[in-house]
Amino acid sequence: MLRYTLLRVLGAIPTLLLVIALAFLMVHAAPGGPFDDERALPPDVEANIQRAYHLDEPLPKQFVRYLGGLLRGDLGPSYRYRDYTVSELISTAFPLSMRLGALAMALAIVAGVTAGTIAALRQDSYVDRCIMALSMTGISVPVFVFAPVFVLLFAVKLQWLPAGWSSTSGVSRFVLPVITLALPQIAYIARLTRASMIDVLGSDFVRTARAQGLGTLTVVRLHALRPAMLPVLSYMGPAIAAILTGSVVVEEIFGIPGLGQFFVRGALNRDYTLVLGIVVFYATLIVSLNLIVDVLYGVIDPRVRYR
Amino acid sequence: MKLRLPRLLLAFISIFVVFGCSQESPDAGVVLQRGLPADPESLDHHKARSTQAADVLRDIGEGLVAYSATGELVPAAAERWEISADRLSYTFYLRPDARWSNGEAVTAAHFVSGLRRLVSPATAAFYANLLQAVVNASDIVAGDKPPESLGVEVVDDLTLKVRLERPTPYILSLFSHPGTFPLHPGSFVEHGDGFARPGNLVSNGAFVLDAWVPGSIIALRRNEQYWNNENTALDGVNYHVIVQDVAELNRYRAGELHVTSTVPPDNFAELKVHFGSELRIAPYLGLYYYGFNLTRPPFKDKPGLRQALSMAIDRDMLAENIIGRGEAPAYSWVHPGVNNYKPTVLSFTALTQDERNKSARRLYKEAGYSEENPLRFELRYNTSDTNKKIAVAIQSMWNEVLGAEATLVNEEFQVLLANMRDAEITQVFRSSWIGDYDDAHTFLSVLQAGSETNMPRYASDEYELQMRRAAEQPDLDRRRLYLEEAERVMLADHPVIPLYFYVSKHLVSPEVRGWGDNVLDYHYSQHLSLGATE
Amino acid sequence: MRVGKNHAVSVSGSILLLVAALAVVGPWISPHDYVTTDFDRLMLPPSADGAHLFGTDDLGRDLFVRTMLGIRVTLLVAVVASLVSLVIGVAYGAIAGFVGGRIDAAMMRFVDTLYALPFIFFVILLMVAFERNFLLIFVAIGAVNWLDMARIVRGQTLSLREREFVEAARLTGVSTGRIILRHIAPNLMGIVIVYVTLTIPQAILVESFLSFLGLGVQEPQTSLGALVDTGVNQMEGAAWALLIPAGLLAAILMCFNFLGDGLRDVFDARQVE
Repeated sequence: MLRYTLLRVLGAIPTLLLVIALAFLMVHAAPGGPFDDERALPPDVEANIQRAYHLDEPLPKQFVRYLGGLLRGDLGPSYRYRDYTVSELISTAFPLSMRLGALAMALAIVAGVTAGTIAALRQDSYVDRCIMALSMTGISVPVFVFAPVFVLLFAVKLQWLPAGWSSTSGVSRFVLPVITLALPQIAYIARLTRASMIDVLGSDFVRTARAQGLGTLTVVRLHALRPAMLPVLSYMGPAIAAILTGSVVVEEIFGIPGLGQFFVRGALNRDYTLVLGIVVFYATLIVSLNLIVDVLYGVIDPRVRYR
Repeated sequence: MKLRLPRLLLAFISIFVVFGCSQESPDAGVVLQRGLPADPESLDHHKARSTQAADVLRDIGEGLVAYSATGELVPAAAERWEISADRLSYTFYLRPDARWSNGEAVTAAHFVSGLRRLVSPATAAFYANLLQAVVNASDIVAGDKPPESLGVEVVDDLTLKVRLERPTPYILSLFSHPGTFPLHPGSFVEHGDGFARPGNLVSNGAFVLDAWVPGSIIALRRNEQYWNNENTALDGVNYHVIVQDVAELNRYRAGELHVTSTVPPDNFAELKVHFGSELRIAPYLGLYYYGFNLTRPPFKDKPGLRQALSMAIDRDMLAENIIGRGEAPAYSWVHPGVNNYKPTVLSFTALTQDERNKSARRLYKEAGYSEENPLRFELRYNTSDTNKKIAVAIQSMWNEVLGAEATLVNEEFQVLLANMRDAEITQVFRSSWIGDYDDAHTFLSVLQAGSETNMPRYASDEYELQMRRAAEQPDLDRRRLYLEEAERVMLADHPVIPLYFYVSKHLVSPEVRGWGDNVLDYHYSQHLSLGATE
Repeated sequence: MRVGKNHAVSVSGSILLLVAALAVVGPWISPHDYVTTDFDRLMLPPSADGAHLFGTDDLGRDLFVRTMLGIRVTLLVAVVASLVSLVIGVAYGAIAGFVGGRIDAAMMRFVDTLYALPFIFFVILLMVAFERNFLLIFVAIGAVNWLDMARIVRGQTLSLREREFVEAARLTGVSTGRIILRHIAPNLMGIVIVYVTLTIPQAILVESFLSFLGLGVQEPQTSLGALVDTGVNQMEGAAWALLIPAGLLAAILMCFNFLGDGLRDVFDARQVE
């Protein structure tokens, strides 16, 4: 067991190294540097700044320096936020993005499964058609259209909810971003649920349950929901990826200081360390999550180890 | 196994929901809500760079001098000053009641340590060259002399003497720049380079830093120790970092902001009608221009061709119809609002656009181009809606008037900067210049040979000569004549196409009192207050 | 049931063809082109008299022609991106599935690893790092989407491998490459076509996402995503500038989704039979 775990951990290292090297090369291949500006710096001043951030060293040396920092758990200083280190920025931004994503996911599952189930129960009815039409719209309109429309409607016209993140510290600031982020996923999950629910409802064991005189809701809750959720479950991976993409848009529009916004700004400003840091952070996070899952599976089912 | 997952997921989610609910902040009194277009690089006044960083820093800190709401230079940390007859020595007398936010007195030594840190190579300050007129400043930045050799000295606790290498009429205004603010030695010793972080920062301005959430908000609260605290009306200022101008507008409309940092370019006419006097438009010390790459064909050694392209642009149409936010069409390089200066204008300024077009066509032909053999070149600009609009408009003007075929190349800002710096593939490029101080020198020095801001690579002995004469001239009126002559020489060579002068654009809520328009676009929060709308 | 779905397929298919044809033909019929500006006619609303069917933008350019161009570019980006993901995905998945064993395990482990990467971040980096052009957008989007394709094709290949005709071919000494090419690939066609149809809307959304970030196609070229992004900022003064491209974008996405779903049903039904 220990050997297996050890092997898997060792196996993850080259993957991470590859990712880091790739990202490192890409940020440095991007034209321009972090300190370029319309108001160009005098050569002496620029030299001083380059030296302060070791940008005057050859690239391989910078890479080794970066890796050295990583080994000590140091993601380096941010070039754009000179008062902060990358680790500090990530440690405040990630929980926020995570919370936003998790809330959106929760909403998407609850609302999507409910809508999908209702549609399935009333297959081909007016309600079903409405839900399906709405969900098709949800899939077919980009998030960056929904967000400004919602802001205009609920913040500017009705003034029910804040238009921007920093305007309040209350819960209300979560509402619009989470709904916007969840919308396409609600739509997608509703469609998945409806399709599989229709299948399940038509299966023998559900018919048997119904024949025993159980109410529709009871049947759905006790018998149909679990099997019908399987396709939804397998959709979780792509959904997380979609929410990651969506959060870039939502964070940008609502001014939420999450990782997505830092990444986009960092890439545009050539904040090398911040961009690299976020890539490394995400890659490490996901690789280690996979690792843990694999190892746990190995514990539960020894056969997996030999595959 | 698989069906355990939903429960796990729910558990995770509920944890985040719980963390998601944070408490409301307590009532902070009268707080002004301002928009900020991007985060400051730093609130360490030596490491800051952008205008938005300077905006925040002017609220937190205070220099020897400052600006009034309407843009006049006024005494700040210095009560008064004396200038020697040769204009090479400035003596500042500090306010005895000036205090740091922890109650300590602000002394001349604090200014000296601030200025030394500014020029020290170890600091790597963006504005290290700000005070290059001060004795030894340039040598220190270059690492040739120690920071202690800087020409600033403590005469006594409240008296500071600055010695210059050459007369520099605009030097006083530089002492309002955040880069020249004093350094609190105690907190610097204690926290090192982290002295400017929230919780550490001891400052001497009207406000102190309360919190900074990067990418979101900078919260300031009243500095009770400030010498002029009784005249500060606001209890706090929140700077909201809002990158998108449309988002900022929406937040203003939703009542979440009192003052915006800008106004989006779209639907400007409607905004004007809708917001009336809330929309504050004022001339701003900045120029939007196109530059030629003078080191490569087709524009190398072709002043006539460059003039043709410059003449063919209908600047009035551009300013009024294409941008239409009150911008002034530019016929000079130096901003007309600059102190003690009368800009020279382009030779064709007096002509009508039709006459200009006619001469432009003639010059274009003389340069060897025609309908069969049109001039083809690339126009580079950095990605932005306004830049795109202008580029497309000018592209079609060149095409209609001359038949010249410009290809638009839209580059990300950092890419364009790198290309301009290399001056290899650029032909015509968009750029701009925002004056650092209210003097013609801030514009004219941009195009001096050897200046890193001289993107067109303009080189003219005559221009250099006039600039040198101006630099050595202590008499302000004579200095002005040299500068004007320099501008005339340069404009006749057409290394650049000045297009329009900027305006500052803000939405200011009717509740805000004390707002003044000024060419520098400085709006100290300490001048502002909030009152009920009539 | 099957007839109904087929109905969806034919209707959405025809709408797509119609839109594509319009996008190709439209600019020919129109007296305007997509670059010419007219500063006397800025932000005109749509007019039925035929001058500007969809109105004009903030530079006085005809929005009908620009929208048609946008459809072309969007479809082109999406189709080519999907083809990129198809080629990579099918080749990778078929090889992994057919060869099997350790190599299969290693190849799929690699796919799992790539799944782990924040791909959208890599796309942004790609767009920032290299000068932007059409090709790069295709490659970037295609590079994101091939993983799903590889998985699906591998699964399909695994089951095909056990079928008699493949077994027979192997016994008669046909080479591996030839078996994949001749026997496996043709049998993958169905699922691959379905999957490509479902990949296209994703590619369209990624393209519009890049346009939102200002990293999409360059002026004076445009795409539906870029038009929508511009329109969003003007939605109050010039609703048509948002509604028309957004409506078309949504319609195209819907049609592809319906088409994909419908084709999958048809394909599933055939499998059952």
